[in-house]
Amino acid sequence: MNFKLKDLGPQLITVIAVVLIFGFFTYNAQINMENRGIDFGYGFLSQESSFDVQFSLIEYDGSHSYFRAYLVGLLNTILVSVIGIIIATIIGVIVGVARLSPNYLINKFAAYYVEFFRNIPLLLQIFFWYFAALRALPLPQDAEAIFGVFFLTIKGLYVPAFIWENFNIFFYSIVAAVIAIIVIRFQAKKLQETQGKQIPVFLIAIGLILILPLLSFLIGGVSLSFEIPKLKQLAATSFVYDGGLSLPPELIALTLSLSLYTATFIAECVRAGIQGVGKGQKEAAASIGLTPNQVLKLVIMPQALRIIIPPTTNQYLNLTKNSSLAAAIAYPDLVLVFAGTALMQTGKAIEIVSITMFTYLSLSISISILMNWYNKKIAIQEK
Amino acid sequence: MTKINFLKPDKNNLNTFLYLGSFLFFISIFDVFLNSFFKLNIVGFLPNFLSFLMPLILGFIGLYFVRIEYSGIKQLDLINKNINTNNFNAVLSLLIIFVVIKSTPPVLSWFFIDASFAGDSKDVCSGSGACWTYIKVWMRRFMYGMYPNAEQWRINLSFIALALLGSVGFFATDRFKKYLTLYYVVIYPLIAFLFIFFFISGGPVFFDFSYGIIAAILSIILGFFIPSKFRFYYFLIVPIVLYIALKYFLFFEETIELGKLDGLNWVETGAWGGLSLTFIISFFCLIFCFPIGMAFALGRRSEFPLIRYISIGFIEFWRGVPLITVLFMSAVMFPMFLPADFFIDKLVRCIIAISLFEAAYVAEVIRGGLQALPRGQYEAAKSLGMGYWKMHIFVILPQALKLVIPGIANTFLALVKDTPLIFVVGLLEIVGMLNLAKTNPEWLGFAMEGYVFAAIIFWIICYAMSKYSYNLEQKYKTDR
Repeated sequence: MNFKLKDLGPQLITVIAVVLIFGFFTYNAQINMENRGIDFGYGFLSQESSFDVQFSLIEYDGSHSYFRAYLVGLLNTILVSVIGIIIATIIGVIVGVARLSPNYLINKFAAYYVEFFRNIPLLLQIFFWYFAALRALPLPQDAEAIFGVFFLTIKGLYVPAFIWENFNIFFYSIVAAVIAIIVIRFQAKKLQETQGKQIPVFLIAIGLILILPLLSFLIGGVSLSFEIPKLKQLAATSFVYDGGLSLPPELIALTLSLSLYTATFIAECVRAGIQGVGKGQKEAAASIGLTPNQVLKLVIMPQALRIIIPPTTNQYLNLTKNSSLAAAIAYPDLVLVFAGTALMQTGKAIEIVSITMFTYLSLSISISILMNWYNKKIAIQEK
Repeated sequence: MTKINFLKPDKNNLNTFLYLGSFLFFISIFDVFLNSFFKLNIVGFLPNFLSFLMPLILGFIGLYFVRIEYSGIKQLDLINKNINTNNFNAVLSLLIIFVVIKSTPPVLSWFFIDASFAGDSKDVCSGSGACWTYIKVWMRRFMYGMYPNAEQWRINLSFIALALLGSVGFFATDRFKKYLTLYYVVIYPLIAFLFIFFFISGGPVFFDFSYGIIAAILSIILGFFIPSKFRFYYFLIVPIVLYIALKYFLFFEETIELGKLDGLNWVETGAWGGLSLTFIISFFCLIFCFPIGMAFALGRRSEFPLIRYISIGFIEFWRGVPLITVLFMSAVMFPMFLPADFFIDKLVRCIIAISLFEAAYVAEVIRGGLQALPRGQYEAAKSLGMGYWKMHIFVILPQALKLVIPGIANTFLALVKDTPLIFVVGLLEIVGMLNLAKTNPEWLGFAMEGYVFAAIIFWIICYAMSKYSYNLEQKYKTDR
């Protein structure tokens, strides 16, 4: 490395400026905390939280610790993100493909969908679904059953709960099926490369994933029954549904608006990806005698996915970060439970806000590292 | 007459198939139309399930009959090509047509026919339609927040003045074109800042505004005597120095006194709100985040490792966290980092937070443009003997910024759409005001109207912006 004194100047100035700013902030923070009698530390995480959370995936009540409350919030955030990502991907892919349809009506319909949902703030959409649309639903006692088992009411969506027996055997059978599919896929690839034979991997995979769990029902002693929600009267005019699973309206409004909003961006990514594959590729593949399915599977999709996946992952990250808007409609996610209620109770602003930010930060940085690795792996190796 | 095979439409019996097909198709459309507009069901005599599916079946058969390739009739070929290429497409087209027909009457009646527009109390809203009276009564609150009614002309006047000053660029003659960049980058934001914070805010500080104008005019006049070589630095520094000098060293005492006597009434920022606040915040964040983002984009591509790592750290930090936590930070954590007697207004903290947040996104977009430029541009500029700043200002940035217009526009759109989040720190722009109005006991139950109203406003703003950016992109597109 050729060291130059001239290069040192700007760097030194920048570093000194950054150090000075941070030093100034830390100094003030120390003085302020001394004045207010707050001490800095993360010991509060093990203290009893003494507040309740409306909706939680793990067992939680006021007697648990603040760390447990943090976990509750984090799990709720992850739940919303995962459901939202799945729905957004489905809608996004359909709309993205529809935008390329030769059918004028479908094409325009998809275009209007994208233009409409993309240009309205997400928070407004969340409020719309939560305060306006879902409030128009019937009360529990007036709700009509959908397919006899679902109840969509103003207090949320009630669905039947699964009651498993010997669930672990069922789970193992699925794991076994997945491992078998991976092995077969690997072998099939090897076979094709060495001997040029092709095995219908897809059909075998579908067969395996259906048959193995089915076997576990027949001979493994697994059984599944449903618990259908039933109307229960609490008081003269107050009804709830008992049994089954209940999804609170906050969760429904949030996932609905998040996935409808993010789907527009995913649709654009999908469209750009498919359009990005040159027409010549398709024609060349067809001219060497590949069937339309093979063209799609072996030529178009690998190239389109290379364009689609990076921006789509970005959208998934955005969705996860946007799920923090849950705080606006009181869905107990990380921001509401931890940066809201817990902060209010403990007053530990610096610690709690930094933990919350660090959680989101580590989530997005780990995903972007994964993405960079993936991008490098699939990038075209030019000779 | 040739034999007709009804399972296989062909060109020989074109007319038969055409009449039969279009008849069936129109019957199906007519049925849905009657059903949705007049609640009539002409196939009601059929079993429930069949009568529900009847239009689809009839329409499908109709479209199947008219699907004749190269029929020789131009319109028919056009229809077949666009909505009727195969069975699957035909079903989808029919479904979309039916959905549109079905949803028109309820939407129309909610929006217009059953809606109430007149009056100014809740009593007129008894129909099943929308209650636009609610919007009418609350209009001032939605537009100006809690800003006092008597003072709202100040907001209007400022916005009109700023719009006029902003449109100067369209009317500038060629002689003044070269000053436009300077005007838009330095002078216009300064004037806007003075307008907003001293005219809309008012009070004793109003007189600061006049100092600002004096400083700006003085520095522009003096600017003509400065050699063009130093003009850029001159306009960067002198107006601000003049302003500070005027404010703190010349008329300090009198300012306070005059303000108390006959200045404008002071309106604290907590009372600002509504759509005007959305505009104010978007405007300032837009102005601030662009230079910050540009600096960090250049920093990230710097040759100096320390500057590069600091820039990467900054960008990745802001991009990794949700805006709502940033606003939380500005609300509860930031005051802890400042000296005890030092107070920054809530709105200013908000603007700083959003600007830094969006700056990271702008930086990434600009970096994309910088990376897209071929190496030859850098090398050519260097070989002409240009230094780092000259190279970037005259060669690299003009080209890179042209490339990233769509990306920048998307970031600004995201910024406008993010402004409602300021409810976290207790500022209420239009969405926040809607939530407030919704809970007013006299006007309960009109949430839907409010949100639809705000959605229309935001949609128009965002759609116009995206179209404008598309036009810009086309205008500045240069073939390379």
